[in-house]
Amino acid sequence: MSTTPTHLAPQFDDAEQQQLAATLGMWAFLATEVLFFGGMFAGYGVYRAWYPPTWADASRHLDLLLGTVNTAVLLTSSLTVALAVHAAQTGSRKGVVRNLSLTILFGAAFLGVKAYEYWHKWHEHHVPGATFEWHEASPSGPAELFFSFYFVMTGFHALHMVIGLGILAWLIVQARRDRFDAEYYTPVEMTGLYWHFVDIVWVFLFPLLYLIDRT
Amino acid sequence: MSNRNYLNANYNVWSWFFTTDHKRVAILYLISITVFFLVGGAAAVLFRLELMTPEGDLVLPETYNRLFTLHGIVMIFFFLIPAVPAVFGNFLLPMMIGARDLAFPKLNLASWYLYSLSGLFGVWVILTGGVDTGWTFYTPYSTTYGNTSVLSAAIAAFIAGFSSILTALNFLVTTHTMRAPGMTWFRLPLFVWAHYAMSLVVLLGTPVLAIAIALVGIERAFHVGIFDPKLGGDPLLFQHLFWFYSHPAVYIMVLPAMGVISELITCFARKKIFGYTFIAFSSLAIAVLGFLVWGHHMFVSGQSMYAGFVFSFLSMLVAVPSAVKVFNWTATLYKGSVIWNTPMLYALGFIGLFTMGGLTGLFLATLGVDVHVHDTYFVVAHFHYIMVGGSLMAYLGALHFWWPKMTGRLYPEGWGRISAILIFFGFNLTFFPQFVLGYLGMPRRYHVYPEEWQILNVMSSAGASILGVGYLLPLGYLVWSLRYGRRSGKNPWRASGLEWEAESPPITHNFHKTPIVTGDVYDYDPTEPVELETEKHPEKVTVQ
Ligand SMILES: [Cu+2]
Repeated sequence: MSTTPTHLAPQFDDAEQQQLAATLGMWAFLATEVLFFGGMFAGYGVYRAWYPPTWADASRHLDLLLGTVNTAVLLTSSLTVALAVHAAQTGSRKGVVRNLSLTILFGAAFLGVKAYEYWHKWHEHHVPGATFEWHEASPSGPAELFFSFYFVMTGFHALHMVIGLGILAWLIVQARRDRFDAEYYTPVEMTGLYWHFVDIVWVFLFPLLYLIDRT
Repeated sequence: MSNRNYLNANYNVWSWFFTTDHKRVAILYLISITVFFLVGGAAAVLFRLELMTPEGDLVLPETYNRLFTLHGIVMIFFFLIPAVPAVFGNFLLPMMIGARDLAFPKLNLASWYLYSLSGLFGVWVILTGGVDTGWTFYTPYSTTYGNTSVLSAAIAAFIAGFSSILTALNFLVTTHTMRAPGMTWFRLPLFVWAHYAMSLVVLLGTPVLAIAIALVGIERAFHVGIFDPKLGGDPLLFQHLFWFYSHPAVYIMVLPAMGVISELITCFARKKIFGYTFIAFSSLAIAVLGFLVWGHHMFVSGQSMYAGFVFSFLSMLVAVPSAVKVFNWTATLYKGSVIWNTPMLYALGFIGLFTMGGLTGLFLATLGVDVHVHDTYFVVAHFHYIMVGGSLMAYLGALHFWWPKMTGRLYPEGWGRISAILIFFGFNLTFFPQFVLGYLGMPRRYHVYPEEWQILNVMSSAGASILGVGYLLPLGYLVWSLRYGRRSGKNPWRASGLEWEAESPPITHNFHKTPIVTGDVYDYDPTEPVELETEKHPEKVTVQ
C-alpha cells in the first residue's frame, strides 16, 4: 500500500501503520462509548426489574409507529454510510458526496421525528419534573422514572447523532476538495464506524423503550 | 552534533500553545499540574490549621466542607489522575518504544486544553460558589439538598474525564502500533506495560463516571429523578456507578506509579528486574480485578450481605498482584548494588508506604473491621498512604530520575536527598496518627472533635508542615537547576532504555535514526562498577 506523502502524518512510518492506528483508536473509543451507554442501560435494567407493570404502562405512551419509522430511517442511513465508504474505496468522489448527503438527510429526518415525539411528550405532560402528570392507575413515581430514562437515553443518543451529522458535513466538504482517494479514505471509514455504532445503540433503545409490553 | 532540541527548536509562545510534540505537551502538563497541586495543597494547609484545635475556630463549618471538597476534587481529578501518565507517560512512552511521537499528537494537545480549562473552571467554581459534597458527589445530597455549585463542578469533572480518555487512547494505540523494529511486547519497559494497563482502566472506567456525574447534573438541572427516592429511584445506584470508576481510579493513579518504581529499582540496584513477566502481567491483573471490587465502599450502605461478602473476597484478591510487584522489587534489590540517590530514596519510600497502605486496605476489605472504621480517619490515612505515599512519591522519583532527560540539567543531589527524607518523615508523621485517630473513632469530614484527640491531630498538622517544606524544596531547586544545574549527558544514570540513547534534552523527533532493538530490556550488571554523573566532580565533567 502506498500513498501520497501529504496523507502521511510525520509520526508514522507508512500508510499501513497510520491506518491501523486510526482503526484501533476508533474501536477503543467505541469501547468507551459502550461503557458510557452501559451505565444508563444498567440503571434501566435495575428500575425495569423493580417496576415492571408501571414501566409497561409508561412504555405504551410512546408512539410505536414513529419509533418504528425512525428505526427504519436510521437503518437506511447505515446503509448509505456503508455505500459512502464503498464509494471512497473505489475512488468515486461523486459517490462519496452523494451517499454522505443521503446519510445526513436520513439522520436529520430521524432527529426531526424525535423532536416531534419530544414535543408531543411535553404536550402530554410526560416530561419529568415539575410539570409531570400521570393519570394511569399505576404509581406516578416509577412512571416518571421511566420517562427520565426515556429522555436521558434518547437524548444522549440524539446528541451523538448531532455530532455525527457535524462530522458528516465536514467530510462532504473534504470530499469536495478531493482529499480522499482509493488509497486514503480513513476519515470516511472511521466516521462510518461511528455512525454504525450510533445506529446500534438505537437498535437496543428501540425495543427496550418502545416494546416493553408488546412482546 | 547540533544544539537543536525540542526545547529550543522554537522560542515562539504559540509554538508551545499549538505544539503537537509529545514532549512539549508533557512540559505543559507538568506546569499546570504543579499549579493544581499547589491549589489543592493550600486547601490542605487551611484545614490542617483548623484541626489543630478541637473547636471550630479558624473557618466556618461550611467553609471547612468546601475546603475538603476542593482538596479532594483538585488532588484527585486534576493532580493524581493525570500526574504520572500525562507528564511522564506523555514524555517517555513514545521514546521508550522508539517512536517519533504518539499516534494522535493533536488529540494529545487537545487533552491538555480540556484538562487545563476544566481545571481552571473547577477551581473557579469551587472558590466562588463553593461545593460541599466532597469529591464523591453522593446523591441525594448532591442532586436535591445541597445548595452549592454542584452542577458546575460536575461539568468540570466530566470534561476532565475526556482529557484522560484521550491520553489513554493515545497510549493504547501507540503501544500497539508504533513500536520500533525489534521492540517486541516482552522487551517493553515495565513502565510501558503499566501505562498500557492504566489505559485500559481509563478507557473502560471513565465513561461510567462520566455518565454517573452527567446524571447527577441532569437531575439537578432539569429535576428529573433518576436517583430520587421520592419517585422510587435509588440513590445507591449512583454509588454503584461512581465507585465502578472511582475504585479503579486508584489504579489509574497507582499503576503508572508502579511502572516508575520498576524502572527506578532496577536502575539503582544495578540489577535486571526480578520476574519481568510477573510484574507485567500483574499490571493487567490489577486492571481487570480492579473493576470487580467497587462494592467495598458500600459495606455499610445497605447493599446485600452476600454482595458484601463477594466484594470483600475480591478486594482481598486484588491485593495479590500488588503484592507480587512488591516482592519482585524486593527480590530485585537482593544482591543488587544499591545506589542511594534521590530517585532511589523515593522508590524505596514508595515500597514502604505503599505496603502500609496496601495492608491497611486489607483491614478495610474485611467486612467486620470495615464496619468499625468506615468513614473514619483510618480510611483517610489508608488512601493517603496509597495515593500520596504511593503515587506522589513515584511522581517525585520520576521527576528527579528523568529531569536530566527532560531539561538537560542535573538537579543538586544533596538537596534532592534532603527533600526525599523530609517528605518520607513528614508523610508518616502526618498520616500515621490518623490511623490511630480513625481506630479511636474520629469520623472524617468533621471540623470539630473531642479534646482527647487533640494531641494526635497536632502531630498530624506538624507532620503536614514538614511535608509542605519537603514539597516546596524541589520546586525551588529544580527551577534553580534549569539555569544553574550542571549539564547532563545522554545517560547520567548509566541506565538502560531507549530514552537514554536520545540526546538530553531530546531532539524534536526524539531519535536521529529510528532505533532497532536487538536485546532484552534492563541490561544491568551489579558487579560492574558504575559512576553516575551526579557523583562526578564538577571539574572532571567534560562538556559534550
Ligand atoms: Cu476501593
